Amino acid sequence: MKTILQNINKVFDNRVRLGIMSALMVNENLDFKSLKKLLGVTDGNLASHIKSLQKAGYIVVMKQFIANKPNTSYQISLEGRNAFKKHIDALERLIQLRNK
Amino acid sequence: MEEKDYLQDLSAIKNMMNRSSRFISLSGLSGIMAGSYALIGAWFARSILYKFKHGISYRQINYLTNELWFIAIAVAVFSILTAYVLTSKRAKKNGEEIWDVSTKNLVVAFLIPLLTGGVFGLLLLNQRYFGLIAPITLLFYGLALINASKYTLGTVKYLGFSELILGLLSTYFVGYGLLFWTLGFGVMHIVYGTIMYFRYEKK
Repeated sequence: MKTILQNINKVFDNRVRLGIMSALMVNENLDFKSLKKLLGVTDGNLASHIKSLQKAGYIVVMKQFIANKPNTSYQISLEGRNAFKKHIDALERLIQLRNK
Repeated sequence: MEEKDYLQDLSAIKNMMNRSSRFISLSGLSGIMAGSYALIGAWFARSILYKFKHGISYRQINYLTNELWFIAIAVAVFSILTAYVLTSKRAKKNGEEIWDVSTKNLVVAFLIPLLTGGVFGLLLLNQRYFGLIAPITLLFYGLALINASKYTLGTVKYLGFSELILGLLSTYFVGYGLLFWTLGFGVMHIVYGTIMYFRYEKK
């Protein structure tokens, strides 16, 4: 039980961050606008959660120009992918334990 | 944290993964409509072809191909229009964007095999391989559906497999193109459209 709880990641203990990670797990990359539409949050809220995930090293920022316009998109890092998988795994095992 | 929270977290993760990568508002009803247009088109095509059952002169070939082209284009235009209207209506109801990342992926994945098959078919027509047109269109349409199915409802994949089987069968039974076309674009659309309608829409 204790070891499972250690795998519950505090960084993902928030709906917006959970949503960002889930969306980036199944999309190669997503830009700010798409993430905002998916999550239905404000610019400032989204930006602050992106920053904390970036600080944890779970997502990488890619800046590029599309048709001469700056475009920022986000990609999940290998570290983030592994951490998120571990987190999902821990959630599933906790639920299984309680159901016993 | 309570157990309920864990469960909610898991379902939120699953929900977001689906919503961000799959377009779920594809209308089954539009499949049924497209199938019906195809059946009507096939009926017209058959009655035109029937006129020439005792052979055809060189000049009549032009008339015949023009008529058949007209039917094919009319069926395609009506089907696409209906699909667009019904699907955007459903997207609005589901609060889903009609033009976002998942629909862009969907359209690109669908069009690559479809356009390749379309150009291939036109090149075959140019070489007068008329018998291979039905198999080619069915095969490439099936591949397009399977390719696009990872961005939308899973049922689309099975429709794709059915088109592939029909495409291969019609390659073996060359000369029955219209029959296989009617099955593939008419009957199959109605069958799978009905499955999708009852599985996802009628709630």
